[in-house]
Amino acid sequence: MAKLEEIPKETLLEIYKRMHKIRTYEETLAEWYYKEKSPRFDISAGPIPGELHLSSGQESAAVGVCMHLKPEDALIGTHRAHHFAIAKGVDLKKMTAEIFGKATGLSGGKGGHMHLFDAKYNFSCSGIVGASFPQAVGVGIAAKLKGEDYVAVAVGGDGAANQGTFHEALNLAAIWKLPVIFVIEDNSWAISVPKEKSTAVSKNSERAAAYGIPGVSVDGMDVIAVYEVAKEAIERARRGEGPSLIEIKVYRLRGHFEGDPQHYRPKEDLELAKQKDPLLNFEKMLLEKGIVTEEELNKIKEENIKEVQEAIDFAVNSPYPEPEEALKGVFAGGE
Amino acid sequence: MPRKLPMYKAISEAIAQEMERDENVFVMGEDIGAYGGIFGATSGLLEKFGPERVKDTPISESAFIGAALGAASKGMRPIVELMFVDFFGVAMDQIYNHIAKAHYMSGGQVKMPVVIMTAMGGGYSDAAQHSQCLYGLFAHVPGLKIVIPSNSYDAKGLMISAIRDDNPVMYFFHKGLMGLGWMPSPPEAAVEVPEEPYTVPIGEAKIVREGDDVTIVAVAKMVYEALWAAEELEKEGISAEVIDLRTLVPLDRKAILDSVKKTGRLVVVDEDYRSYGMSGEVIATVVENGVSLEVPPVRIAYPDVPVPYSRVLERYVLPDKEKIINAVKTII
Repeated sequence: MAKLEEIPKETLLEIYKRMHKIRTYEETLAEWYYKEKSPRFDISAGPIPGELHLSSGQESAAVGVCMHLKPEDALIGTHRAHHFAIAKGVDLKKMTAEIFGKATGLSGGKGGHMHLFDAKYNFSCSGIVGASFPQAVGVGIAAKLKGEDYVAVAVGGDGAANQGTFHEALNLAAIWKLPVIFVIEDNSWAISVPKEKSTAVSKNSERAAAYGIPGVSVDGMDVIAVYEVAKEAIERARRGEGPSLIEIKVYRLRGHFEGDPQHYRPKEDLELAKQKDPLLNFEKMLLEKGIVTEEELNKIKEENIKEVQEAIDFAVNSPYPEPEEALKGVFAGGE
Repeated sequence: MPRKLPMYKAISEAIAQEMERDENVFVMGEDIGAYGGIFGATSGLLEKFGPERVKDTPISESAFIGAALGAASKGMRPIVELMFVDFFGVAMDQIYNHIAKAHYMSGGQVKMPVVIMTAMGGGYSDAAQHSQCLYGLFAHVPGLKIVIPSNSYDAKGLMISAIRDDNPVMYFFHKGLMGLGWMPSPPEAAVEVPEEPYTVPIGEAKIVREGDDVTIVAVAKMVYEALWAAEELEKEGISAEVIDLRTLVPLDRKAILDSVKKTGRLVVVDEDYRSYGMSGEVIATVVENGVSLEVPPVRIAYPDVPVPYSRVLERYVLPDKEKIINAVKTII
C-alpha cells in the first residue's frame, strides 16, 4: 500500500477511470444481452446474438497491465477479453458495433464478441483456449528481428495454463529471450472445473521455474499491486532481459457465459467473489486515503456512463452488413 | 411405455446403460462431470458413477484424448468429449496419427474402441471458431468411423453401437438438435426412445421420406431443412425423397445409388464446407458407379468461407429450406 502515494494522482485517476468504464460497459452489455431473450432464454435471439463472456470482477488484471502498454505493444486476449480491449484503448464504438454484429464494427460483423481485432492498437483475441501464448512469442520474435522495442502480452485463464501451447511458448520465449509477458488471469474456474481439480500446483507462477524465467503471483483485488508487478515485467522485457510470467488472482463475478446456470458453483464462492470486488476496493482505498474526492469520482463515473451509452447507441443505430459480404475477404489481395 | 426424449437425454441414457453393462466404459472430458456436459450429453452420469469413471479434465486435449488411446490399449472403452469440434485442432495428432491408425499400423494387434463425441453446427452467431461442422475433415482420415444422428432414437442407438464398436468412432451431435433449453431445436428431433438398450447399425442410411422426382441427401440438422423443403415441394407436385445418411464412414453408398436410380436427380445438402467434403463424396459415388442423372447434381453447402458472426451474414451462407427448394426447382 505504501506505493499508492508514490503514484501520480493522474495515474490513479486513469486507473480508476478504466476500471469503472469496463464495469459499466460489461453490466450494460449484460442488460442488452437479455433483451428479446425472454420469456425463454434463446442464445441466438436478441440484439447481441451468440455467446457472451463478461469480465466483471477481473478489471484489475487488464488495467494494471495495460497502463504500461503503448499502442504498438501487442496484447492477445482470450474469449473473455472486453476488459483488456478497453484497457488497451480499442475504439469502444467500433467494438460495441462488432458485438452487435453491425457493419460499422471492428470487423464489419465477421468476428464478433470472441474475435475482436484492432490492428491500430495491436489487439486481438480468440475463442480457442491457450491460443494466445505462441502468438505472442511470434510478436516477440518480430520485435527482436526488426530491432524494435515493442513487447507482447499473452493473456490466458488458469484453465489455459494446462494447454500444451502454454508450456511450449514459455520455453520458446525463454530460450530466445523474447520480450513477452505471459499473464495468467486466475479466476479459479475453467467453466465448471475448479482450479484445484485441474492444476497440480496451487500457483501457476511456480511453473515459470520450469523455464528459468521470473514468475510472480499477485492479488488482483489490489490493482496497484498488479500495476507494480506488470511494470517490472514489462520494463524487464523492454530492456531485453526476456519473458516473465504473471499470475493474477481475480474473481469471476458472473457465470462463464451469460445464461450459465452456475449450478456447479458453491454459493460461498459467488459470495466471496462479490466481496472481492477490485473496483470497490480501489475506490474505497482512494477515498479513505484522501487521494480523491467523491466529486472527482462521480465526474469520472458520469463520463464513463455517457461514453458507454454513446457506444451502445452507435452500435444500435448502425446498419447490419450486406449479406453478400459474408462471401468476401477469405483471402488477402482480392475478393 | 413410449416416451419422447430430447437428444441430449437419449445420449446420456445410452452412455449410462453401457457403463452399467460394461465396467470398462468410462468418460473423460471438459465439464462432463458436475456440469453434465455443456450440451448435456453426460447429464446425470457423475451422480450415478462417481468421479473415477466420469472424469472432468483440465483443458488439456492432447493429454486426455491421447490417454484414451492408452486406456483402450489396455482393454478399456473410453468415451471422450471435447465440447466443440472446432477445438480438435489442439489434439489432432492424437486423433488422426494415433487413434485412427493404431489398428492398421500394428497389423491388427491393437484395437481402439474409443468414442470421441463432440458438438458441431452453427446458426446462432457463435462465429468462426465455434460453429463449424468439420465432419468431412475427419471422414477424410482412414480409420475413423463417423456417425451423425439427427434424432433422439438414432442418437441413443448409434451411441450404443459406437461404444460397442472395436474401432474409433467419432460421434458428432448438432447443438441445434439437442433439445437444450437455451438452443432452439426442431421438435421433430425429440422422438420416442425405448427405455431398454438397443443399437442402430453404424453404416446404414435411412430414407426418412420417400419420393420419385429427386433425391435429397443430408445429415443432422439439414435433414429437417430437407424434409421441410420436401413438404413445400409436394404442394407444387414435386415428390422428393430425403435420405438421412446417419453415418459418413462407412457410407451407405447403396442407399444413395438405389434412390438416385429411382429419381434420376440429386441434391446434396451439407452444413460443412462445400469443397473437398461430404457433398463431393456423395456425388462422386453416383458418378463412379455410372448412374446417369437426368441433370447434373446440385450441392447446397456452406460456401468456402469461415462462419461469420453477424446474424445477417450467417443466415446468408447457411443452407436452409428455401435454398433447397430453389435448387430442386432449377433441376426439375
